[in-house]
Amino acid sequence: MSEVPIKMRVRETIVLRVVGKAVVPFILLFALYVQFHGDYGPGGGFQAGVIFAAGLILHGLIFGLDELQKAIPQIVVEIGIALGTLLYGGVGVASMIMGGEFLDYGELDHHAPVHGQHLGILLVELGVGITVTFVMIAIFYSFAGRSRQ
Amino acid sequence: MGEQILGSLVEMVLFAFIICLALYIASLRSLFAAAMLFGIFSLISAGVLTLMDAVDVAFTEAAVGAGISTVLFLGALGLTTSEEAAPVKHRWTAKLVVIATGLMLAYGTLDMPAYGDPNAPIHRHVAPHYLEDSSEEIGIPNVVTSVLASYRGYDTFGETTVVLTAAVGAILLLGGGASRRREDGDGGDEE
Repeated sequence: MSEVPIKMRVRETIVLRVVGKAVVPFILLFALYVQFHGDYGPGGGFQAGVIFAAGLILHGLIFGLDELQKAIPQIVVEIGIALGTLLYGGVGVASMIMGGEFLDYGELDHHAPVHGQHLGILLVELGVGITVTFVMIAIFYSFAGRSRQ
Repeated sequence: MGEQILGSLVEMVLFAFIICLALYIASLRSLFAAAMLFGIFSLISAGVLTLMDAVDVAFTEAAVGAGISTVLFLGALGLTTSEEAAPVKHRWTAKLVVIATGLMLAYGTLDMPAYGDPNAPIHRHVAPHYLEDSSEEIGIPNVVTSVLASYRGYDTFGETTVVLTAAVGAILLLGGGASRRREDGDGGDEE
């Protein structure tokens, strides 16, 4: 009995819904900025993933878990978790195939190792970002989905 | 010089805030309030880290500590209870251990090099190489990213795997959110 009224109240608060709806896209956009601007400013895959997940979790908190799970089903989350790590490891294996050592991005571009480093770091950070985003959502789903049983 | 004094003054005030918050949280019985104050604790920590020019770490602290952890704490409170159980006896032994450990840690920091000392061992090993050569070897302005993703790529790969393991653990222990609930709800006769 104690938690249901709180949830109802949260969902009926019009200010929260309007502000949330307006703010969430900007949080997601900011996460993408942090992700892809990590080479030049503070931030990177981990921070971007957490911010992206925080934006989605905010959406889930305001509009309910079901709304969020309609947009991002559990199976997508589970695949995403593995996909990010696979991308990271894949870049490592790719640099091995290109003739270097594991995670030696310089080998990705034989003519200009610096370009290889750029590409490797971009992909690796993207892998981290994908994994962290979906891990945070998976943990949120696990907690929030269980409390309603 | 005046700026330095002002900076360290701000740092000291923030540290005092952190200590007061920690002591207050330890004395709280309401776990709901404790979870909220932990968020503020993280936010002030992020402020301290920003003053120390560790912007990347401050970023993470603000997003994880003040954002995600608070949500997860609240989720855990929703599953259990938001009031701490009555204390068991002999709390003073626990307090004694905590105070002794704290004093020992504080004593250990006396041996550490002063904050920002350019001759500290950590600044004389590989750090000069990273700072001087990373723009040629990696070609990225943010040295933190170069170190994290390239020079220390193995470590970051390990960290990513740790994060993955955390999610696998949560899914296995708590169940994967909706999928189980839907099976209970309308998928019952399929089995």
